[in-house]
Amino acid sequence: MSVRRLSELAKTIRSKNAGVDLITFDVIFADRTHYERVKRAAVLTRESVAALYRIPLSRIADFVHFDPACAIKFTIYRTRPSGGPGDPDIFGAQQYAPLLDVEVSDDA
Amino acid sequence: MDSLRIICPNGHLGFAPLRVESFRLGVAARPGCIAADSGSDDVGPIPLGTDTSTSPLAWQTQDLEYMLAASRQLDVPMIIGSAGDTGANSRVDLYVQIIKELAAKHRLPRFKVGYFYSEVGKEDLRFRMRAGETVAGLEAHQALTEAELDATERIVAMAGVHPFIALLRQGADVIIGGRSSDSCVFAAPAIHHGFPENHAYYLGKVLECASFCAEPYGGKETVLGEITADGVEVTAMHPAQRCTVASVAGHAMYERSNPYFEHVAGGTLDMSECRYEQVAEKTTRITGAKFKPAAEFRVKLEGAGKIGERYVGMVGIRDPYTIAHVDEVMGWARQQVRERFGDTGYELHFTVYGRDGIMGELEPLRHRPGHELCILVQGVAPTAAMAEEVCMTGTRQMFYARLPDVKGSAGSVAFALDEVLRASPAYRWTVNHTLACADPLELFPVHMTTAGR
Repeated sequence: MSVRRLSELAKTIRSKNAGVDLITFDVIFADRTHYERVKRAAVLTRESVAALYRIPLSRIADFVHFDPACAIKFTIYRTRPSGGPGDPDIFGAQQYAPLLDVEVSDDA
Repeated sequence: MDSLRIICPNGHLGFAPLRVESFRLGVAARPGCIAADSGSDDVGPIPLGTDTSTSPLAWQTQDLEYMLAASRQLDVPMIIGSAGDTGANSRVDLYVQIIKELAAKHRLPRFKVGYFYSEVGKEDLRFRMRAGETVAGLEAHQALTEAELDATERIVAMAGVHPFIALLRQGADVIIGGRSSDSCVFAAPAIHHGFPENHAYYLGKVLECASFCAEPYGGKETVLGEITADGVEVTAMHPAQRCTVASVAGHAMYERSNPYFEHVAGGTLDMSECRYEQVAEKTTRITGAKFKPAAEFRVKLEGAGKIGERYVGMVGIRDPYTIAHVDEVMGWARQQVRERFGDTGYELHFTVYGRDGIMGELEPLRHRPGHELCILVQGVAPTAAMAEEVCMTGTRQMFYARLPDVKGSAGSVAFALDEVLRASPAYRWTVNHTLACADPLELFPVHMTTAGR
């Protein structure tokens, strides 16, 4: 059984503000078989991303499988609105990095 | 009219310049309208709070000039939403003035310039709240209190299609909008010409960020949307870009929490039944969108409040022992600020690059810092002098941090600059709420003027 990383399977992995209180994450696949495989493997779920980012489930505002775009999308609450002093990422654009190395096993 | 074609050259006019080649191709396709949104809350609360733009005037003027020249040449409307990044009244006035100056510069024949404001007065809002109106919080915000209202510097309301349509009915050739939902800038002319709301709001949704709905990735390129009674088609104008099923469907997700729903003043666009079809090499056709009118007409409000003046400082750390004890280094500096200024009445922030500077508490690798760190220090206080001293103490005292086993006893941090620098004042988003309105135009007074000879 071999293991591949999400960054090898997805075309796009990104994060971005969705309004001032939320950061949304998109994992988009160019290949529908890769998308279906990651869905089946259930490596991206509300629970797994909460664990990855070490936040309570209550901070996951939304989690969607978006079939038309072969995409998995989830959204988290910020603890404070974007752009205040001390916010190091006012666009929310660099919060996706931990997703790159999520492992997907080949037999899923 | 069987169809209406609209081109969008820029997803945030002014933030970076439009790209000329694809814009010219879009104009050559003879669209019936040229439109762009010019605002975003992504830029943070400072521009709204300080009543400024984050975009340079030269870039705003350049894009307005390209759009105005083309719209007057084709004799079709030009529509701008959320003028000058924030859509505040001063930004609307600025854009109207730019349009008048450009008209004079190019000796354009006289034309009508419609504009509307979006600012909501604090006392107007207070009056409504005291009359029992709930200003409901969105997302993580609680219902608005008078204390939060007091802390707010400036508020804008997010317009839907209504003021744009009112101005189109009055024959505006150019419309400069205050704060508005991006999609409504494009939906308004389509609804004005009698196309179904279902498709009109989708047209707006797909065009609002220009070439972000095309592939390969490349911003600020023109795209063309065409609406008919039956659906929407979107086409990339840049020779190397295409609007594909994947790129168009993927764009529905962009910077929104849910890919199926877009909320605007007056209703919700439901994209859950959308069907996407590649109808030509560069063109995707979309059908099945539905606009569901809201039971109650609620308008989104955005407001920014000042926290204080701000200074920033910066230090570096290389000693591995000091890196392992960086929390104690910052703790020492914070304690010195506390002894001088007490526990409250200021803010002191440390951002530790090389450990968790970008992700903070979300960083899974914060226990594995790099071999060198940079700490950004921010001091915020009611006066500039106090902010400078808070920041200077928080920065310089790290040099004197007392770590029991440190080898280097001549200074715990490295300075690239032995000074702290004045930064923009610190603001925060105080208002992210909705307000019920009896009349869709009550927060958005419309006006008409003329430009040209």
